[in-house]
Amino acid sequence: MTNTTDTQWPLWEVFIQANPGISHKHVGNVHAADAEMAIQNARDVYTRRSEGISIWVVPSNQISASSPEDMGSFFEPSNDKPYRHPTFYKIPEGVKHL
Amino acid sequence: MTEKDALFEYCLRLGDSSLILGHRLSEWCGHGPILEEDIALINIALDFVGRSTSLLKYAAEVEGNNRSEDDLAYVRNERQFRNLLITEQPNGDYASTIVRQFLFDAYSFYLYTELTKSKDSTISGIAEKSLKEISYHLRHSSQWILRLGDGTEESHNRTQNALDNLWRFTHEFFEMDEVDTMLVNSGIAVNLSDVKSKWMDKVSEIFEQATLTIPTNSFMNTGSRQGKHTEHLGYLLAEMQHVNRSYPGCNW
Repeated sequence: MTNTTDTQWPLWEVFIQANPGISHKHVGNVHAADAEMAIQNARDVYTRRSEGISIWVVPSNQISASSPEDMGSFFEPSNDKPYRHPTFYKIPEGVKHL
Repeated sequence: MTEKDALFEYCLRLGDSSLILGHRLSEWCGHGPILEEDIALINIALDFVGRSTSLLKYAAEVEGNNRSEDDLAYVRNERQFRNLLITEQPNGDYASTIVRQFLFDAYSFYLYTELTKSKDSTISGIAEKSLKEISYHLRHSSQWILRLGDGTEESHNRTQNALDNLWRFTHEFFEMDEVDTMLVNSGIAVNLSDVKSKWMDKVSEIFEQATLTIPTNSFMNTGSRQGKHTEHLGYLLAEMQHVNRSYPGCNW
């Protein structure tokens, strides 16, 4: 997402899945005229060195974001409620990517 | 001509086309129409140069004359190059670059598909590795042919002009001489008449979808198999070979 005037093609956010079973991770963005070109450009910019096995692209203007003013009410109240954190469980052996 | 001579010549043809087109594409570095496309083209240029390294290395090995792939790339003259004429044509506007690329990618796709069955294991190995890259190159250039051909009036006209200008270099793709026949017989090389019909189907299909018309004029340029090039190759080599010619054997 950008606030400066962009005279190029529309912006797309790029998500790459590195391995089977784990979630797609945001890696950056590309310009492209449509979804197909966005996937191709993402492939060229972000996956040339075996970084991934799957690509998602999403038009940047379709992403809604929380505003910085909401930071306090959104995120701080949970700090003093440790029982909300799943840290009291043991992670079974052999489980990856948790 | 011995089979060794023929194999050396055959590797030069494949390797030189790859090297010269790779060099042409590299001229776009920093000048692409948009950042992402600049990166895509230069990735493709690197694939071509990488493929030429493997092929020229094998050519040097077959020749057995103590030359390296660098000697073949940097210390041969224009008349000793065997690249197809289309690969040395200037970049022109983006439509010209894309039409040149599409015609050659479609040809490479069917040629290298056949080469994976070559009885020469080095050639079939290189072909196997290259084919993955070529499938992607073809996808990239076909997409652009469709966008430009079926795009605005200006993009359509520029692409049609490029096709009118470059079509005359395509007949040469499928010419066969003594080298080809000898190696086809021993199962090493590809019978290009098989490649031709598949190539023709593919390019006709894409051009039709892109609302472009294949020119009907019958004049065709030829000569690369004898080292007879268009005027553009000399200038390209002057630039490509300059450093090595000025400082022979230098390392960096």
